[in-house]
Amino acid sequence: MSENRLTGRPKMPQRSVQERIRDFNEVPVGLPEWAAVDEAKRCLQCKKPSCMKGCPVEIDIPGFIGLLAQGKFDAAIAKIKEKNSLPAICGRVCPQEEQCENLCVLGKKGQPIAVGYLERFLADYERDRGIELPKVPMSNGRKVAVIGSGPAGLTCAGDCAKMGYKVTIFEALHAAGGVLVYGIPEFRLPKAIVAQEVNYVKSLGVTLELSAVVGKTLVFDDLRDEGFEAFFIGSGAGLPYFMNLPGENLNGIYSANEFLTRSNLMKAYRFPEYDTPIKIGRRVAVIGGGNVAMDSARTALRLGAEEVCLVYRRTKKEMPARIEEIRRAEEEGINCIILTNPVRFIGNENKWITGIECIQMELGEPDESGRRRPIPVPGSEFVISADTVVVAIGQGPNPLLLETLPELKLNKRGYIEADEETGATSIPGVFAGGDIITGAATVISAMGAGKKSARAIDQYLRNGK
Amino acid sequence: MVKILKKEVLTPQIKLMVIDAPRVARRAKAGQFIIIRMNEEGERIPLTIADFDPEQGTVTIIFQEVGKSTMQLGELEEGDLIADFVGPLGKEIEEKYFGHVVCVGGGVGIAPVYPKARALKMYGNRITSIIGARTADLLFWEDMMQSVSDTLYVTTDDGSYGEKGFVTAVLDRVIQKEKVDLVIAVGPLMMMKMVSLLTKKYNLPTLVSLNPIMVDGTGMCGCCRVTVGEQCKFTCVDGPVFDGHAVDYDELLARQRSYLEEEKRAVEAWQMKKAEEGAHHV
Repeated sequence: MSENRLTGRPKMPQRSVQERIRDFNEVPVGLPEWAAVDEAKRCLQCKKPSCMKGCPVEIDIPGFIGLLAQGKFDAAIAKIKEKNSLPAICGRVCPQEEQCENLCVLGKKGQPIAVGYLERFLADYERDRGIELPKVPMSNGRKVAVIGSGPAGLTCAGDCAKMGYKVTIFEALHAAGGVLVYGIPEFRLPKAIVAQEVNYVKSLGVTLELSAVVGKTLVFDDLRDEGFEAFFIGSGAGLPYFMNLPGENLNGIYSANEFLTRSNLMKAYRFPEYDTPIKIGRRVAVIGGGNVAMDSARTALRLGAEEVCLVYRRTKKEMPARIEEIRRAEEEGINCIILTNPVRFIGNENKWITGIECIQMELGEPDESGRRRPIPVPGSEFVISADTVVVAIGQGPNPLLLETLPELKLNKRGYIEADEETGATSIPGVFAGGDIITGAATVISAMGAGKKSARAIDQYLRNGK
Repeated sequence: MVKILKKEVLTPQIKLMVIDAPRVARRAKAGQFIIIRMNEEGERIPLTIADFDPEQGTVTIIFQEVGKSTMQLGELEEGDLIADFVGPLGKEIEEKYFGHVVCVGGGVGIAPVYPKARALKMYGNRITSIIGARTADLLFWEDMMQSVSDTLYVTTDDGSYGEKGFVTAVLDRVIQKEKVDLVIAVGPLMMMKMVSLLTKKYNLPTLVSLNPIMVDGTGMCGCCRVTVGEQCKFTCVDGPVFDGHAVDYDELLARQRSYLEEEKRAVEAWQMKKAEEGAHHV
């Protein structure tokens, strides 16, 4: 293999466009061993590593990379797992370019270390060999309830279990993983990986109760009666926003949540082998510019749409999606219609969508988000024809659980008010983290919050505060 | 996994099942529903709660076999298991004294109207019930409805049992004859629309229970959205019971038909699979 030497940061090998748009299998295939080792050797092993400051779960990045460079793969993955029990997921969906890699010293003059690719390499290496089950700690018998089995809940549950608590996760859906199973498509995060990470958390002694809707099937008082002493709410941002435009309830218009849930969680892409259907037109328009919009557009393409476009009101520069995802979407032939905003939805006599009337936008002064505010150009209305539309303009907090806890303090946008460091809420013993605090954010920040809350729960149960 | 404790065939296409679901039974209230998923490949479908017994820990569902999932469910027997049974979901009806309440149940809608009539009867309301079906063979629970009603009327479209005609004709007569304080109607969308049009003329408060297509049933997808008044509501969390006069029925009728083609395909594929499996067994 000596001829295979890297000369700089490796490119992630990925399947060709022609091949990948015909199925739902993963697009990037992972670094080969030699490339991962070579890349690890490029790490400067800084004495005061700045990369670690960018990691929401505080992984010892130079530590694991150093072990990887020496070929000690088992030790390297163990190093990651000291802090992060879901490396196969983070190695795939973390926005490393904004976090650890963004702070890498090498990035100042050249290319930063591909921390994400290396994390993924090690996680996949471990998976191929069969994950070694952790030692289950002695139980201290005290019960902690975790609501929601997304990245925040899984992390909090895993960490509490490692400290000896008896943890039960209550999940409303029939599968564990939250947004990792209903939201992120198979081609970006294989569900077998999520299942494996969930099993890892279960192997720590965590009980998983599926189809248990806290707020409906059980209320908080039921949980207290069952002996739970501390609670972590990681119920996510699952309420889809619509645009409130005329015609939005026409047939063929989906929220991104519905579209992705049908395809990912319910496996509608395998209909009729699986019972849940999904409608896919010849021309699909996805409204939005975030990762969820990219996921929806690329899913539509794989479901057989002839043409897929993204409709976004600002320019590509302002799109919140990861650059890598925008690039892959474009490679696959998805057309970005920028500076365009829907005004109303147009339907036929059977109430099926046929098109979106849009207006052109131009960018004005920056708004509170720091991005330039889009302003409609008068008289510039035009119609984009589409027979399936996916509205991917964001999600809010699902009020279902919160309505049953009137004493829980919420902020103006309906999210739970919680201490940034601990996740402590206005109710003693109740902690919260992830999207239910921040609004739709990243998997890793949710995990970071779950981690901090686990520590705070331990403190609370030991000291009563 | 939940277990089917009891199964009754009410009519050739309408079946009753008593499910062992203590947590759901403990929290259930009149007006709520559950989501069921048969197995790994199954879809999530909403079914209204027909009855519940917190002490026994059981929930009764009644369903009409209209698509693949309900047909498949109908083939299960006592002792069989169902993968998922989630609930109780949605909001309960307001349980209080209204006065004279008329409960209208059409077809399989007789099942969900029963717990509402029972709950309101307990608050001292006078209950007049009107139940109807296309034909005598499709009628069920006349005795159950009788037990919670002060007066009960039965209609069939073809006159094969009870009064010939639609429930709306009887309702109109009742309204003209006596003072009515509230009308509750559950049944096919068209029936609820007709009831609402009628009661609107008399300005009579009317509640209907909607049954749109759903996926998660917890407010996560928006598939069940419906226009009520000028607002977009999610049936699964804001409903399923709404002011009958404010619902945009035509929009909902169209939305209910979204997957007709796929529903047909699903039934065909399933029957083909069953035939193949049958051939293997021979």
